Amino acid sequence: MPTRTGSGNAQSDAVSSWWSRQIAPSLVITRREIQDTLRDWRLVLPIVVLVSIFPILANVVAASGVDYVSQHGADLIVERLFPFLMLVVGFFPSTFSLVIALETFVGEKERHSLEPLLSAPLTDLQLYVGKLLAATLPPVLASYLGMLVYTLLLGFTVGWWPSASLFVLAVTLSTMTAVLMVAGAVIISSQSTSVRAANLLASFIILPMALLLQAQSALLLYAHYTALWLIALALLIVAVLLIRLGIRLFNREQLLGTDLDHLDLRAGLRTFWSALWPRKGLVALYTREIPEIVRGLRAELIVVLLVLVIGGAAIGAWAANQFPLQLTVPSLDVQGIADREVMQELINSSGLLPRFSPGAILLHNIRALVAAAMLALLSLGTLALLLLLAPIAVVAYAGVLLTRLGIDASLFVVIAVLPHGLFELPAAILATAQAMRAGDIILQPPDQGGGVLGIVREMGHFAKLFIAVVLPLLALAAWIEVHVTPQAVVWFMNR
Amino acid sequence: MIETMGLVKQFGDLVAVSDVTLTVPPGDVLALLGPNGAGKTTTVRMLSAILAPTRGWARLSGYDVVESPDEVRKRVGVLTEAPGLYLRMTGWEYLDFFGQLWGMSSSWRKARIDALARQFRVGSFLSRRMGEYSKGMRQKVALLRTLLHNPPVLLLDEPTSAMDPESARLVRDIILEMRHTANHSIIVCTHNLPEAEELADRIAIIDAGRILALGTPTELKRRWLGSPLMELRLSTSGNGTGRLDIHAGAAELVAEFATVESIGDGSLAEDHRIRYRTSEAASVNPVLLDALFRAGYPVLTLSEVAQSLEAVYLRVMSEAQAVRAEIEKG
Repeated sequence: MPTRTGSGNAQSDAVSSWWSRQIAPSLVITRREIQDTLRDWRLVLPIVVLVSIFPILANVVAASGVDYVSQHGADLIVERLFPFLMLVVGFFPSTFSLVIALETFVGEKERHSLEPLLSAPLTDLQLYVGKLLAATLPPVLASYLGMLVYTLLLGFTVGWWPSASLFVLAVTLSTMTAVLMVAGAVIISSQSTSVRAANLLASFIILPMALLLQAQSALLLYAHYTALWLIALALLIVAVLLIRLGIRLFNREQLLGTDLDHLDLRAGLRTFWSALWPRKGLVALYTREIPEIVRGLRAELIVVLLVLVIGGAAIGAWAANQFPLQLTVPSLDVQGIADREVMQELINSSGLLPRFSPGAILLHNIRALVAAAMLALLSLGTLALLLLLAPIAVVAYAGVLLTRLGIDASLFVVIAVLPHGLFELPAAILATAQAMRAGDIILQPPDQGGGVLGIVREMGHFAKLFIAVVLPLLALAAWIEVHVTPQAVVWFMNR
Repeated sequence: MIETMGLVKQFGDLVAVSDVTLTVPPGDVLALLGPNGAGKTTTVRMLSAILAPTRGWARLSGYDVVESPDEVRKRVGVLTEAPGLYLRMTGWEYLDFFGQLWGMSSSWRKARIDALARQFRVGSFLSRRMGEYSKGMRQKVALLRTLLHNPPVLLLDEPTSAMDPESARLVRDIILEMRHTANHSIIVCTHNLPEAEELADRIAIIDAGRILALGTPTELKRRWLGSPLMELRLSTSGNGTGRLDIHAGAAELVAEFATVESIGDGSLAEDHRIRYRTSEAASVNPVLLDALFRAGYPVLTLSEVAQSLEAVYLRVMSEAQAVRAEIEKG
């Protein structure tokens, strides 16, 4: 019989001690809250219905769908309908996570049971994790049960069994959706002053989740399973970011101390204005304030550059392999590129710009960067990168295709991109980094510059940087793109 | 042991607690008295490491509330203003849950819950869901939760509110017992002045976040109401004029030894009394009595007039209001 060594014992004791000190208190809270949930018939009854009757209904719909579409030979629809309904059956029980999670902190506050809990020897992390698990587990388990019932019924009645990978995908998507909703709802609950306020704020979770469900459904119907796996991964990343944010924002004092919600528009406007307006004239703006803002964007600038270079090149190269254009050198009207009218025709046929003029290019770039800033606010800064990634990927795509034609791609980039890119790219990179900053500042706690006023301040910085630096650079780049770049390209192609 | 020094708590522009300095040694009970919104609950929340002080420091059993909040929470039992129970749980489950949070072993939890249930005479209730409890019963369970882990420091916010007189008496007795036998440092926030006087070794009157008066009940009375007030009653026998003469003569004699506060007019039997103040009652009273007897005055009784804590409280608060009014006037 094997015996444990002294160091093995010590290790096991250390693990046991760590478990009882760090994890056990969270699980005590989780257990109590789940027990409380299961004693509330208002929660239990709908969940029971959703995991028993709803899968049966979905099963009936699926079975009748089979009968109907098989009459018209549309077997593909049936094939896609089954997993789609499985996703729906899994989604509805998981929405209860929202109901439970919104209650977690603010509900206890309203019932005055939060203060005794806050005075217990629990760290913020233990308390937060305990409540997070309590809100996640019952709906997620109900969701699994619903999907299992649906699958078994379908298997035994219609004879359709999902592949293991499809079943795991559906389970993963349901889990990630629930975790994401709980992560968001617990933040709302810990920052709200009343259950009513928390319920009103829940629309910030429901709307994106509704869009997400539609996207998932469409991808499932088109059988883009890889894209669904990527969505599950993205959900996991956003959920982890939200959990991290929730823990950082968790503040016992704020939970107990605030009784009224108020929107301080004046403070918001003051913050925006003081971030936007130059403090000491134009010279100081360019010698001190702008360099100071740019220094503060170091981390974002590094991320933007890395994603652009690596991501843009990778996507461009991948696209060139997946969707190669059958180009030959003679098919390009080289002389025509320098001709404004021919260029206008080309632009019109592409549908990218209304006119090939500096104004149209400038307006297009402004729109793209402002849209990036807006997207950044909704996505913790991440979606700002996507818009900038697209033109870089196009350049990489063109570069790969030209290389295949035997044209020196690097020289092409220098000739066709660099003249205006020298001004346009730094402008776009700066604007994107600042947009990212405005989006990711919410991940910082208020005392470290985060919170709503933090976003407002960073949007003020965005406006300042945009007006003082980005706009002039974009204007110059647009002029060069119309008047210089085409001439350079013609010279290059005729070389 | 509870120690605070210059404790300040600000919420934006509002100063909820200002410069609170206190020491509550083991075996001592301090009562915090004050109107609603005076800063009592905020002080308790800072001491239980729920709120961080804006300035100053506080230590409980040697642990700083900011530097070691978890150590503080392990050593403090907090009875909050509202019981805050989970009404779908039974009393037993609830206490067991908090026992687990305090890291108590299963056998310790059981023994402790049993002992407290017996002490508070609630054993038969603990198996029932707390939603069925009366207000007083809920308050008792909240108090049991506070005492469960036998903390050296107790912070009790209105411990007997909503209780019937018998239960309130029981709770007061338990608090007194804990003070004497278990050497707890206890702070009791209350609006019940007789309760404060009965329980507390010292009393702090707090208003607008500031401690306005701090001391033992006797010290506070002396400081705010003056020296002990004595009442001398004379015999009512004899005719009307004679009685009045005796009365006036006795008052003159008393005035030689102490400050006469009031003299009954002697027209009625119950008005044959002379009230005087002396800070040296132990030495003055025997001499005065001797002089009165020698002069042949018919002394019936000599006693100290009980001065209530309520009078002290009202005096402190009215002075504070007067100061505030003057400040507002500019």
